[in-house]
Amino acid sequence: MRKSHVDALQGSLDLLVLKILSRRPGLHGYAIMTAIQAASGEVLRAEEGSLYPALHRMEEAGWIKAKWITKDSGRRARIYDLTAAGNKQLAEEQSRWESVTSAVNRVLRTV
Amino acid sequence: MSLLSRLANMFRPGRLTREIDEELRAHLEEAAGHGRDPLEARRALGSSLRHREASRDLKLIPWLDSLRADLLFAGRQLHKRKVTSLAAILSLGLAIGASTAAFRIIDALFLRPLPIAHPERQYALNFHGTEPNGTVDINESCNYPLFRLIAASVGDDANALALSFPLLWDLTYGSDQDLEQASAEYVSGRMFSVFGLRPAAGRLLAADDDSAPGRPYAVLSFDYWSRRFGRDPKAVGRTFRYGRDLYTIVGVAPKGFTGTEPGTVFDIFVPLLMNPGAGNPDFEWFQTLVVLKPGVAPERVRDRIQPAVREFWLGQVALHGDLPQAARDAIVNQKAVLEPARSGVSGMQRDYRQALLFLAFLVALVLLIACANVANLMTAQAAARAHEMALRVSIGAGRLRLVQLVLVETALLGTFAAAIGAVFAWWAAPFVVGRINPDRPPRLVLPADWRILGFTVALTVVVMLLYGLAPALRAARVNPFAALRGGGSRPSRLMHALVAAQTAFCFLVLLVAGLFVATFHRLSNQPLGFSTDRLLALGVEAQQAQPPSVWSHLLETVQAAPGVEKAATAGWPLVSGASWDNFVSLNGVPGSDVASFLSVSPGWLETMKIPLLAGRDFRPAETGLDQVAIVNRAFAERFFKGETVLGKTFEMPQSPNVASKFTIVGLTGDARYARMRDGIPPVAYVPFLTAPPGAMTVMVRTVSRNPLALVPTLRQTIAMATPGLRLNSVRTQQQLIDAQTVRERLLAMLAAFFVAVALLLAAVGLYGVLDYSVFQRRREIGIRLAVGARASHIVRGVSFGIFACVCAGAVAGLALGMASARYLESLLYQVKATDANALALPALALLAAALLASLPPLIRAIRIDPVRVLRSE
Repeated sequence: MRKSHVDALQGSLDLLVLKILSRRPGLHGYAIMTAIQAASGEVLRAEEGSLYPALHRMEEAGWIKAKWITKDSGRRARIYDLTAAGNKQLAEEQSRWESVTSAVNRVLRTV
Repeated sequence: MSLLSRLANMFRPGRLTREIDEELRAHLEEAAGHGRDPLEARRALGSSLRHREASRDLKLIPWLDSLRADLLFAGRQLHKRKVTSLAAILSLGLAIGASTAAFRIIDALFLRPLPIAHPERQYALNFHGTEPNGTVDINESCNYPLFRLIAASVGDDANALALSFPLLWDLTYGSDQDLEQASAEYVSGRMFSVFGLRPAAGRLLAADDDSAPGRPYAVLSFDYWSRRFGRDPKAVGRTFRYGRDLYTIVGVAPKGFTGTEPGTVFDIFVPLLMNPGAGNPDFEWFQTLVVLKPGVAPERVRDRIQPAVREFWLGQVALHGDLPQAARDAIVNQKAVLEPARSGVSGMQRDYRQALLFLAFLVALVLLIACANVANLMTAQAAARAHEMALRVSIGAGRLRLVQLVLVETALLGTFAAAIGAVFAWWAAPFVVGRINPDRPPRLVLPADWRILGFTVALTVVVMLLYGLAPALRAARVNPFAALRGGGSRPSRLMHALVAAQTAFCFLVLLVAGLFVATFHRLSNQPLGFSTDRLLALGVEAQQAQPPSVWSHLLETVQAAPGVEKAATAGWPLVSGASWDNFVSLNGVPGSDVASFLSVSPGWLETMKIPLLAGRDFRPAETGLDQVAIVNRAFAERFFKGETVLGKTFEMPQSPNVASKFTIVGLTGDARYARMRDGIPPVAYVPFLTAPPGAMTVMVRTVSRNPLALVPTLRQTIAMATPGLRLNSVRTQQQLIDAQTVRERLLAMLAAFFVAVALLLAAVGLYGVLDYSVFQRRREIGIRLAVGARASHIVRGVSFGIFACVCAGAVAGLALGMASARYLESLLYQVKATDANALALPALALLAAALLASLPPLIRAIRIDPVRVLRSE
């Protein structure tokens, strides 16, 4: 597979997307991006260029599933939902994130 | 994402790209809706092309990669086991090829719509009569006076077309010396316009071409135009002579249109009324097709035709005052029946419908046997690779990946087999059609197009699922712990079931094929009642009807020719399919009994070597006017209950209201009359009438062993002795008889072929399973041998289960055979599926094949060296 700059952000972006979708199912790409922005108090901004490849990769991995809906405006939108595997993944990623951050915090505190 | 949707992506990358584009577009619109600068949003998103590629690659590339790896691996696997792989591919290819060939023929004959404007609106008009004994008699042919009434009766609802049965014409574009043959059809002039056909050159026949006799115009088929004239446009306008008529070629039919009879490619179409016998109501010589106008129901047209049919036959029976009432009712009450004919109608369809269906059935069975074989091989191999699979699972291969691995191997095998099958079918279909009548093979157009391709592909996929699914699912269920420990699930239950199924199908093939072979044997070894040895049948034709003196002069000349042992003339040869049946009445009492007649010359009985049991042969001067007859034994039995017949008389009522009275002067032994399949009918041989027909058959028994060697001499003798007479057909009597058993011979030949294939495949399957189970149990066998078990015990232990399966399969096959036997009764002759012979033979053959196949693995089992086996473990 080709290496792209997606991979650098991968860990945290996946976690954020999964978390957002677990709270608010049925969001499309743009809404996910704005939700991340709003929830992080405008601190975190998902790079739009990385978001879609990440979404497709997670879809490929079976963590989220996508479907096309027609909005009230008549336009079609591709919305995403969490799957059972995604839920599990979220739990794993979250605990890993927590253990990593707490480890980092410990390092910061002790040194 | 499932394997399926990934596969779907693989086949519609366009759609995938479109979806990604649409999603990104929706994103930009959303951004603009939230008040962001569109340009900035687009820049933030980056190049959509890059996204598209990144996302697409995600979905396709890894899968393609794994597919490539699996393909390579599968190829190596097949290569590693060269012999088994080759056997599997060849047997499967043969079976797929045979199936495709069968489909090609069935499609060409029954399924493919004719290349005309609205084939679905085309119906064949048949007449169903009920015989006094209740059986339905289907008559496809029609006479011209009746057709006129029918054509008028359908009115605006349909077009009625008359299309004559195929004729083989001896015609000439130059002198009489340069005769050539072409297949011709008399057709309604409007046929071409009703079919919506446009000429490839010149013009086609039109409705007014058959409004009156005497319009000798001919249209060539494109095929004939290409073959005979090299598509020369100047062919239009040329003339040819057939009989007394000089025809002008007015045009060429479009490419692809070869008539409406699958099995015949017509060369020449001429107007209906050019047939000199058209006006005769007793002359039934064409098939009627009804082409409905749009929106008209066939029932409505049938109801318009029925009264016309009844009216016609009422008029006809009124002319025959002496018909018994039952026969009269049967004639008048004939029903007009319309049957869909989108693929046309032909004699070949009628003769071969059932035979082809049964062949297709045999082919399908062989295909199933081959599938079971390959499934067994693959299961055995999968079991042998259980170790490898378990290892793959334990180091993290997904189960889907394993299924994919097995499926790829399945597909690779199937693709090779399909390729071999395609080549086989390409060769086999024309080969089989060519065998249908070696003297004059039917010309069945066998295109190889998307229909055939689609069938082969669909069949291959079905076959792959049949043999590949079970091993693939097994691979998915592999239990690494058990497999690596050395146990693992045993595939033997599935393999045993497959052996049983194989045996059942094989038994069925053997049974059906045995019946076909026995039928052919019975039919071709029937007592004939005459000798075919060195016997020639020469068809001689006159331009105009000739006086009797010309025919007797001809006979004298032939008789005197060197190399001729004995010669005589007859209306037509025996067992040629031709017959002349008439009611016979005794003492003026009309009866409904029918006898067959044949005009023969004095000396004919002696030439044919039909024994004269009593009385005398005809005298040279006797003609039909003398009203004498020689009858066969069956005639004496039927009409005179075995009393002496010499000197007795009978009448043959002739239309209309004329009866000829015959005095019996001789009694002969029974001889086959028109067909080998028919019983021996009562036959009366009568002398030629005073006005002999324009054609006659000279039967010649030659001195030399090969009768055909004499033909050039005879041709010359006939041409020189009697100008105006011409030899138009040469057959040996044996050829005529062989022509009657063509279908049975073909069935027997193909059935024997499939038997050989089925037996071979079943034997290979059994061998494989037994060999595998010996291999699996080599440890146990080694230990048993080491502790002193006897060889017979080992053999029993290994083979018991398998032979139980073989027996169960044979019993199932027997039951299936019994159930299906009644469907093929009409194809059989004097044999029954319930005969002890018919059942014993397949059972014995199967048993022998099973023993032969199981010997090598069993021998290997008792030769196992305990020391080596145990050490190697």
